Amino acid sequence: MPLLEVTGMEVEFETPEGLVRAVNGFDFSLDKGETLAIVGESGSGKTQMMLAMLDLLAENGRARGRAVFDGEDLMQMTPKAMNSVRGSRIAMIFQDPMTSLNPYLTSETQMTEVVMHHQGLKRDEARAHAVELLHAVRIPDAEERIRQYPHEYSGGMQQRVMIAMGLLCEPDLLIADEPTTALDVTVQAQIMQLMRELSEKTRMSLIMITHDLAVVAEVADRIMVMYAGEVVETGTADQIFYAPCHPYTQGLLASVPRLDRLDTDDLHAIPGNPPNLLELPDGCRFRERCSQASAACLERPPVWETEDGRSSRCVLRPEGAVMREKAAGAAAEEAE
Amino acid sequence: MKKPVLRVQDLTVTFNSVTGNVFHRQERRNRAVDGISFELFAGETLGVVGESASGKSTLARAILGLIKPNRGRVMWLGENLTELDEESMRQRRKELQIVFQDPVASLDPRMTAGDIIAEPLWNFYPNMDRLQVDERTRGMMKMVGLLPNQINRYPHEFSSGQCQRIGIARALVLNPRLLICDEPVSALDVSIQAQVVNLLKDLQKKLGLALIFIAHDLSVVRHISDRVMVIYMGQAMEVSCKESLYRKPLHPYTNALIKSVPLPDPKLAAEARRENWLTGDMPSPFDRPRGCTFHDRCPYRVKRCEADVPALRKMEEGDWVACHRAEDLDLSIEEE
Repeated sequence: MPLLEVTGMEVEFETPEGLVRAVNGFDFSLDKGETLAIVGESGSGKTQMMLAMLDLLAENGRARGRAVFDGEDLMQMTPKAMNSVRGSRIAMIFQDPMTSLNPYLTSETQMTEVVMHHQGLKRDEARAHAVELLHAVRIPDAEERIRQYPHEYSGGMQQRVMIAMGLLCEPDLLIADEPTTALDVTVQAQIMQLMRELSEKTRMSLIMITHDLAVVAEVADRIMVMYAGEVVETGTADQIFYAPCHPYTQGLLASVPRLDRLDTDDLHAIPGNPPNLLELPDGCRFRERCSQASAACLERPPVWETEDGRSSRCVLRPEGAVMREKAAGAAAEEAE
Repeated sequence: MKKPVLRVQDLTVTFNSVTGNVFHRQERRNRAVDGISFELFAGETLGVVGESASGKSTLARAILGLIKPNRGRVMWLGENLTELDEESMRQRRKELQIVFQDPVASLDPRMTAGDIIAEPLWNFYPNMDRLQVDERTRGMMKMVGLLPNQINRYPHEFSSGQCQRIGIARALVLNPRLLICDEPVSALDVSIQAQVVNLLKDLQKKLGLALIFIAHDLSVVRHISDRVMVIYMGQAMEVSCKESLYRKPLHPYTNALIKSVPLPDPKLAAEARRENWLTGDMPSPFDRPRGCTFHDRCPYRVKRCEADVPALRKMEEGDWVACHRAEDLDLSIEEE
């Protein structure tokens, strides 16, 4: 049984300009110990989807669908039950370490608070546990540094403290939202690798959210590519990196500037901008920026699936793929 | 011989920080920019690369007179900018413009795109004809790839990539001769980064601008730069032309930065990480290592590096490096 199974997830926001459909029909499952990367541009709905699952949406947000976590539907939970899941069984690391740590509190206070609340540890036990985790994320002199305030750490260390906080209660699932975007390239790979190692050691599942495919190349088992609130392609890391099917995935891969290739005259760019979620185009949402668009793209594209577990939402049929009838039918109904 | 438009000589900026209490006052000095010198010709692009807190933005601000340097000269067309009074400096700013890192935060949310782009015109030419300003604004919008009919829209109605285009139009509306771009793409999605880099490159060619392009990542600057300066703790480690820097870096730090660029390929990424020895953080700026500032992170260090500060010196090919061992190290990189 998968650890987490999400079906038909939708997220909407009521705004003065109208209804914004941030996530449309999102399905995935995650096994124990698996690392899933969700890749997409800003506004593609990748973060909102996770927030919806943890009941952390902004007040004007509404979510529908099922998210069964270890046999229980997160979407049906009472706020109290949710509180005991958040931070202890599912932890989330937010994008900007500088703004997600409380500047008024030492990391000791911030870290011990979590375990004292969830596991009822005493202060000195909690402290010992926190120091242990700071060691695990390779903070030097953890006993000393735990007494410091966030501004006394470098950006990379703040992010490591955030990861340590996420791991305090040994969660079954860790969600990391752009964990390395605010960091220098020199520490990005270290942090990614660290999370991967920790997940292997504890059999923890990981969801990594990012806009840059390159940073998850080494750590992801499976990758989901999102565009304008929809999943456009899923596959294993090897499938996505070595044989992408969807033109958007291909474009994303091509726009990563690579130092291992010769310098070309112009960098590859995906033309245009992501669509406004208030005025989504009919048919394929990537149509206007797609180099392979045709008249067929005016219809909502079907979802293709292959036997080895990849899927693609595009009129172009990947080799050996069959149409996912059920999902395509359901999605068409929802679009009505 | 061609004369450089900008000549920066021994530029040094020091920040003081006071700690302790009334009785034990401790003043500490942080040399954010430490004796940087370089020349820039018209139509040339200099990439400036370094980790966060290496002094890249301080360097940009000191050149534009937004921060007073403690030492050194900024010679702009033969005139020392650091000695100018406020009004003369203000007049020079017509020629020296900057594009900031965060595209959304650097635009006033209550001004329309048109007002933002036209503001420098009103500022420097208060008597300019309204129609003329309007025409120039629309012209600029077209030049940076915005639609002139978006002139009355507000920043929140644009995507972040479009906001950065507005920032570029605002910087170019006065026909400057030097443009400094301080991490212009690091806040943008990968798929949009390439658009903005290509745009800046085209504009630079068309307008013959001298360009300083600051980034924390060597992969982004390769495409746009003629020469690249790598800085570490406020000091230039290497200044090389693009062709040699990426193929045969002279400084071990440059080599490490090249190895840290994430690759969208699981196998190559794993290989690059194993090869990359750069770990840990930059030392505290208040506690600089003796000798070469980089020696404690450098695997090639010898006794001498711990005692003598290496001077930036010219190598045979006309590239500059600050490393004692530049002659005997071969850091060549193979390309596909």
